[in-house]
Amino acid sequence: MRPARRPAYGVKGAPYAFLVPAALLFALFFALPIGYAAWLSLHRVEVKGLGLGSGAREEVWAGLSNYTDALTDAELLHGALRVLGYGAIVVPVMLGLALTFALMLDHERVRFAPATRLAIFLPYAIPGVVAALLWGFLYLPEVSPLHYGLDRAGLPQPDLLDGGSLYLALSNIAVWGGTGFNMIVIYTALRAIPAEVHEAAKLDGCTPLQTALRIKVPMVAPALVLTFFFSIIATLQVFNEPTTLMPLTNGISTTWSPLMKVHRDAFAENDIYSASATAVVIAFVTLTLSFGFLRTVNRRTRQEEAAR
Amino acid sequence: MSSVAAPRSPAPAAPAAPGAPGAGQGRPRRRAALIPTLALVVGAVYCLVPVAWVAVAASKSGTELFSTFTFLPGSGFADNLEQLNAYRDGVYWKWMGNTALYAGVGAALSTAVSAVSGYALALYRFRGREAVFNTLLAGVLMPPVVLAVPQYLLLAEADLTDSYLSVLLPQLLSPFGVYLARVYATAAVAKDVVEAGRVDGAGEWRIFLRMGVPMMAPGLVTIFLFQFVAIWNNFLLPYIMLSDDEKFPLTLGLYTLLEQGASAPALYTIVIMGALLAVIPLIALFLVVQRFWSLDLLSGAVKS
Repeated sequence: MRPARRPAYGVKGAPYAFLVPAALLFALFFALPIGYAAWLSLHRVEVKGLGLGSGAREEVWAGLSNYTDALTDAELLHGALRVLGYGAIVVPVMLGLALTFALMLDHERVRFAPATRLAIFLPYAIPGVVAALLWGFLYLPEVSPLHYGLDRAGLPQPDLLDGGSLYLALSNIAVWGGTGFNMIVIYTALRAIPAEVHEAAKLDGCTPLQTALRIKVPMVAPALVLTFFFSIIATLQVFNEPTTLMPLTNGISTTWSPLMKVHRDAFAENDIYSASATAVVIAFVTLTLSFGFLRTVNRRTRQEEAAR
Repeated sequence: MSSVAAPRSPAPAAPAAPGAPGAGQGRPRRRAALIPTLALVVGAVYCLVPVAWVAVAASKSGTELFSTFTFLPGSGFADNLEQLNAYRDGVYWKWMGNTALYAGVGAALSTAVSAVSGYALALYRFRGREAVFNTLLAGVLMPPVVLAVPQYLLLAEADLTDSYLSVLLPQLLSPFGVYLARVYATAAVAKDVVEAGRVDGAGEWRIFLRMGVPMMAPGLVTIFLFQFVAIWNNFLLPYIMLSDDEKFPLTLGLYTLLEQGASAPALYTIVIMGALLAVIPLIALFLVVQRFWSLDLLSGAVKS
């Protein structure tokens, strides 16, 4: 991010030429679709007469009516709340585990570190759909080891894919898939702490736990902020896992998460206009949250630097 | 000063780190830290359970799947494999080839775009540079469905939906890849070498290819891997774009199998065998490449 020290290089045209492919792709696959979505969100279809023949369906200006519909839609609100509840489980558990594992990998007397690190990182390579499929089967009463055990013990067996347990079931898939990646990011930051810091802490009589909590955690704070930020964004956009589990349960509706609702409105209901309005609302909320968050973090860092 | 520290002095009786209550057990020079080791092993087992299960379950016949204990192997491995092979004339293998194509070609082209853009953003100062960069970055934050629905409608206008291109093209520009390439080029490309190239009269493109790319190579490998995994994982885009199952990637193919399984449970054994065969090459690939995966790049990105 820091500006290049040197003054402008001689060849003026080169950077522009180098950026042509990216600019072209951006225009075609980012800017144009976003503009088109915005346009669609302000229109609707009017059907004339019986709606038969060409010209019977006409796109007309709808003003903000698609937006007022989206914002007052109870199902969208419920979807947003469901995703918030899901995120409230996933983000703290996943990042808590990632930080714990990273600190333990960094413990100097730990055994099997390379093997366990690799095993915990492994789920990152498995697509969300396949992960949801594997866990989905493991949640079925006829297959699950949990139900097997409960059955043997003569205890009642819960339906893991409905009601409150559904949140845990979905969260488990996300935690399983995401912990390893975040662990590696935090662990890489831990490895970058200079050895003198560890030695100094040891000389001062810090136990490994104290060193971890008082010295290491504050020093990897930037990595924690980054993982937190990416986890929130990924959580808000949850789509693959609940969609994959749908065939296995009646507990997940086609509008379970806001993105699933956009997909249903656009393709099952063929109402691309209200789907676009909902999509724009989701984009707006995501961008506002992201920039607000980044801003707070930057201001914090600047204040801390000023205080030094 | 660090060398002064006495090697493993029994010092302040090391209150056994609240982490290791089993302080008494075996006192060879370097006691393993019990609790951290245990926690990591438990974590590793948790991460391996579904993978182990799919390996076991692939051997179960349809009835065994829903009647025997979860981790008890069955007797239907060869049968299941044969059924998967026979399913719609071996369309599964087609899916696997498609996935390799989407992820391999897509990631390679995407890395090339990221490299040239990141290099330009890192090594030149020009009007509008930060504006270009920030616009690209905003792309990272766009929820995929916000893009995918209008992308589908626009590609439909161009008669390109349900084609290989409809899945490849929208994924060629990775804002995150450009970002990483810029961070990496700033750190790894020596400006005086570039300058020397200029003095020798080399053109800008030539300098980029001959000097920039080799210096950026480790970072480019990482970008390639990220993008490979991202495309491999992408379900939404092919789900929206494709309807011809000959063009499906594995994720979409397995999803449709699972969906049909709801009404024809006989397909479940095929799904599980398919999932196993999808996971094996992934794990193999992962074990080979993870050593090239320099994640310091990410933490370097954090600091800037």
